[in-house]
Amino acid sequence: MNATVAMILTLAVGTYALRLVGPALHGRVELPARVRELLSAGAVVLLVALLATGALTEGGGFAGWARPAAVLVGAVLAWRRAPFPVVVLGAAVTAGVLRSAGVA
Amino acid sequence: MIGLSFGALSVAGGLPVWVPVLMSLVVYAGSAQFSAVGVLLAGGGPVAAAATGLLLNTRTAAFSLAVADLLGPGRAARLFGAHLVTDETVAFALAQPDPARRRAAFWVFGIGLFAVWNAGVLTGALAGTALGDPARYGLDAAFPAVLVALVLPTLRANARLRRPAALGALLALAATPFVPAGVPVLLALAGLPAYGRTGGVRR
Repeated sequence: MNATVAMILTLAVGTYALRLVGPALHGRVELPARVRELLSAGAVVLLVALLATGALTEGGGFAGWARPAAVLVGAVLAWRRAPFPVVVLGAAVTAGVLRSAGVA
Repeated sequence: MIGLSFGALSVAGGLPVWVPVLMSLVVYAGSAQFSAVGVLLAGGGPVAAAATGLLLNTRTAAFSLAVADLLGPGRAARLFGAHLVTDETVAFALAQPDPARRRAAFWVFGIGLFAVWNAGVLTGALAGTALGDPARYGLDAAFPAVLVALVLPTLRANARLRRPAALGALLALAATPFVPAGVPVLLALAGLPAYGRTGGVRR
């Protein structure tokens, strides 16, 4: 079994176990509001860190200017409530155009 | 549309078609899937990819508690219904006015979303194989952009999240040159204590 399959199965089993917490406890346990808030906030913190490192770094170093500039274009599009595919394609096309113009 | 992008981006990034398709069926959690594939494509190991996805999904435990009474009394219904628990399904079900409608909404929306998501991923993955070099040329910017599109509405709605998110991102960036790929993102959780209590009591 290769490592990717093992990763997918680990993620799948773990995620399903987390989803079973509610039904297994029959909803008898109620989490304190603060804990619920922190769980949701933690997810956002992880996603923002992932997008920041993904936008700025490559192999432990700086990724070059084209990628962060393109992600910034995507962020502006998302802030102006552009549809999801427009945000993603906008960023990808920007990076492609910048690179063909010679910006690393 | 998000499923379509997930399939297309994963395959265009160099993963075989079955990876996003299998993942969507058995993991079935959008942001965790994007993150795990993002970590993989960035050169992080499978352990870091799984850890990131699992940490993201700890919140589904809280959601499953919130909808536990909607899943029905039968064991089979509970086991199957649990797999359908997502941010969107729970939010949609709990928005209904009474228990009967909440239950119906959970099942109809839950099964519908599962079908649409997986059909989208499969279509995207097949289309991704046809994407040529131009798409691949800017692809590295597409994954972070997806994450921006996923978190921006939450950051816009909840200003208190901005400080811990910014702090976490800075920690992750600062750690990047020194630790293996995938680990910096996990370190970002150290920014979480900066998350203030409701109503800004701490000031």
